[in-house]
Amino acid sequence: MTYLAKPRLHHPTLPANRLGYTRRDYEGAVSTLCAGCGHDSISTAIIQACFDLELPPHHLAKLSGIGCSSKTPTYFLGNSHGFNSVHGRMPSVLTGANLANRGLIYIGVSGDGDSASIGLGQFAHCMRRGVNMVYIVENNGVYGLTKGQFSATADKGSKSKRGAPNFDEPIDLVGLALQLGATFVARSFSGDKAQLVPLIKGAILHEGAAFIDVISPCVAFNNHPGSTKSYDFVREHNEAVNYLDFITTRAQITADYAPGEVEEVVQHNGSVLRLRKLAAEYDPQNRVAAMNCLHERHAAGEIVTGLLYVDPEPRDLHAHLGTVDTPLAGLAEPGLCPGAEALGKLNASLR
Amino acid sequence: MKPIEAINDFVVKFANVNGSGSASANRLFAKSMMRMGVPVSPRNIFPSNIQGLPTWYEVRVSEAGWLGRRGGVDLLVAMNPQTWDQDVREIEPGGYLFYDCTKPLPKSKFRDDVNVIGVPLTGICNREYVDARERQLFKNIIYVGALSALLDIDTAEIETLLAEQFANNEKLLASNVRALHLGRDYAAADLSCPIGLRVERSAKIGSRIFIDGNSAAALGAVYGGATVCAWYPITPSSSLAEAFARYCAKYRTDPQTGKRRYAIVQAEDELASIGIVIGAGWNGARAFTATSGPGISLMQEFFGLAYFAEIPAVVFNVQRAGPSTGMPTRTQQADILACAYASHGDTRHVLLFPEDPTECFEFGAAAFDLAERLQTPVFVMMDLDIGMNERLADPLAWDDARRYDRGKVMSFEDLESGKEFGRYLDVDGDGIAYRTYPGTHPTRGAYLTRGTTKDRYARYSEAGPDYVENMQRLARKFETAGTLVPKPRLYAATRPARFGAIFYGSTSPAMLEALHVLAERGIHVNALRVRSFPFQSEIADFVASHPWVFVVEQNRDAQLKTLLVNEAKVNASRLISVLHYDGTPVTARFIADEITRHAGARTVVPFKKVAS
Repeated sequence: MTYLAKPRLHHPTLPANRLGYTRRDYEGAVSTLCAGCGHDSISTAIIQACFDLELPPHHLAKLSGIGCSSKTPTYFLGNSHGFNSVHGRMPSVLTGANLANRGLIYIGVSGDGDSASIGLGQFAHCMRRGVNMVYIVENNGVYGLTKGQFSATADKGSKSKRGAPNFDEPIDLVGLALQLGATFVARSFSGDKAQLVPLIKGAILHEGAAFIDVISPCVAFNNHPGSTKSYDFVREHNEAVNYLDFITTRAQITADYAPGEVEEVVQHNGSVLRLRKLAAEYDPQNRVAAMNCLHERHAAGEIVTGLLYVDPEPRDLHAHLGTVDTPLAGLAEPGLCPGAEALGKLNASLR
Repeated sequence: MKPIEAINDFVVKFANVNGSGSASANRLFAKSMMRMGVPVSPRNIFPSNIQGLPTWYEVRVSEAGWLGRRGGVDLLVAMNPQTWDQDVREIEPGGYLFYDCTKPLPKSKFRDDVNVIGVPLTGICNREYVDARERQLFKNIIYVGALSALLDIDTAEIETLLAEQFANNEKLLASNVRALHLGRDYAAADLSCPIGLRVERSAKIGSRIFIDGNSAAALGAVYGGATVCAWYPITPSSSLAEAFARYCAKYRTDPQTGKRRYAIVQAEDELASIGIVIGAGWNGARAFTATSGPGISLMQEFFGLAYFAEIPAVVFNVQRAGPSTGMPTRTQQADILACAYASHGDTRHVLLFPEDPTECFEFGAAAFDLAERLQTPVFVMMDLDIGMNERLADPLAWDDARRYDRGKVMSFEDLESGKEFGRYLDVDGDGIAYRTYPGTHPTRGAYLTRGTTKDRYARYSEAGPDYVENMQRLARKFETAGTLVPKPRLYAATRPARFGAIFYGSTSPAMLEALHVLAERGIHVNALRVRSFPFQSEIADFVASHPWVFVVEQNRDAQLKTLLVNEAKVNASRLISVLHYDGTPVTARFIADEITRHAGARTVVPFKKVAS
């Protein structure tokens, strides 16, 4: 971590987006994580994605649980409300927030301990309810804040910093998200910003449950030989199925690719996901094929990354519940209270 | 043996088999007397079971209007062979035993001091119906018919009730009316009617309504503006969330679009339920959960978060007998301490104690104002007895001029005008700071909510002075809460009284009747009904002005007494506990006898008087 606060002043030529905000307006407080922590790269990617998408910062809400990853909402989007809740319970708190005000964009930040162990149940039920959110797991395979115990995503056979092997089967949150009905499922690597930023943008524009598992090496406790979540290991075994090039609702679509190389997915709100295919036969709109691919590559010792599945016509929790378009938090007495006359009738029916 | 003779003052107990369709017939019986203007207080006594186990429905008829459980049985309707022996034992000497005499029973199964009334219910059903389910269901209506003749209940009232129930199904109405008359005609022809217990038309109901506390509390949530409900099924609270769904569908569906001005989520567990409530409360919606003891245990960590991060939440705790799974379908007031001090660290929470469905509605609505004004969880402490039983209660009232108190919230205009915003800054000295809703202003008023310690401006801080200042402000806020919650209610004795009694919640009807019984015995007691925590000075004053004060509770460990000693700073040596905790609702008999016993031991009788 650094103790040097960034000066508020910035270079006059720093580019601003159409709302007049510079990238600095999407930053937060200075990070207190370890130097080189993968999580800081993810925070930077979130900042970049929100700046690029020209989102008003106060239209975003960021929520987290407990752990190193869950501390990061302090370090990005300083002009957005945030909620650092309790361990493993970000999904329920975010679900409630989303029910109260469907007009905001919700980013949930969690870790592998937070989402795969103590909060596995909440992760699962949040995905199956289709809460409209971006669910980012900053996955490093260890408990960093309590100094390096294995987490539930640590691969079987991988070694701790002290050399102890892990005997337990890993939980693959991507596999679970696919099975549980998430409508946007991706995996990326904190060391590959070019892949990660467009995925975050795509997830933000996706109007349903979007899940991104980001392998994010822990430099303090899980970056050694024998770890399967180290920078070196992930770089060597990263098998991207595709690359997302553009996410935009405005850019002209010009075909500069050979046929079969590019697939365009138009989401419900008009945003376009342009996927540069790395595995020619991979179909990101086929949930079952995505699950098969995931298991095959895992058996081969590879880490599949990219946009693994997207449903361009998602339905979210509000659609299931049939709630009004006005945020519930914005309703007042006339829409909420049936009044004395209705109560009088009700009394009469109870005699 | 002299048969019991009573008009409009007796107890009828139905012994049934769970799942046999008896509930609606028993309710019909109870309501018919109410339509005749006679106060009735029924209670379900049921097992944690869907089908097969014994279940009872106890109806107290009381011209005087006593709505508590009386104890004892004057007329037993024995429809469950499984519990026959136990049920027959409960009948008061001179009481009545109504049973299905289709198959003869040995003489040893009866009591000499009880009047036996046999009706061949199964025989009538087998003669009249072919379908097995019809035989089962109509048997219940047939016994209601027979009872109406035996007790002199106006059949027209029962027919009216059936007509209301089956307004849209003429066929079912006709067959129910027919079954009713099968029973009534048999009794009129073959039995001597009426028996010593009789119902006479009266006018003691007035404008009162018949409703269960869970439904009334759910209506309170609707009227109080709740838009988000998250819950996990648990007896005896489930019907509260279900009633909320029912009333919202009726009152909160947009007539044009069919869309809903509410969201209800049946969560995966109680942790998620309270998490959703807190997330919604943080984001400006009025939100609640309904649960019972085990759910309260699971929610503890979140209660601490809501207390410390200062987020409004409303929790309806419909208490049941604990600890652990305890007696899931029996009543108790045993979560007082678990809620008052919920979660680790130094915490204190606002509790409301409604006495009946009317207060479940009033407190249910008020809880949302309190939660938002105080930015903290508010517990509405109900129990199974008031939650799941229908009770005669004052009609629900609402003033259309009433506005919701949304508490201290800074608007866009406030922030734009440059007002200082510190999320935990006590500008008014009442311990309550201003909050902002997410999305209010592009560059001002955003902050990070956390369960960790922070300074006045919501910045993370582990500095001792910041922590202490914050904790002292929270204590100050709790003092403010004491000025906002419902005050205790005094029930003064008609004569100077040396004894006081403190009670709360569902104990109310039994307590008020006990006061009457005690006064007749010459024991005069001033009573104070505690309606909320934090406690007000009235409670300490009340204790100070009586040498002895009984604290009547439905738990083993005198939880309210503990809280009174701890928080109201009352003199513990003046307090005498009267505790009832077998899972059944406390009775006036129990309270009066306990207080009589204690009072006798503490009444100094002049020596001369004894000698004479």
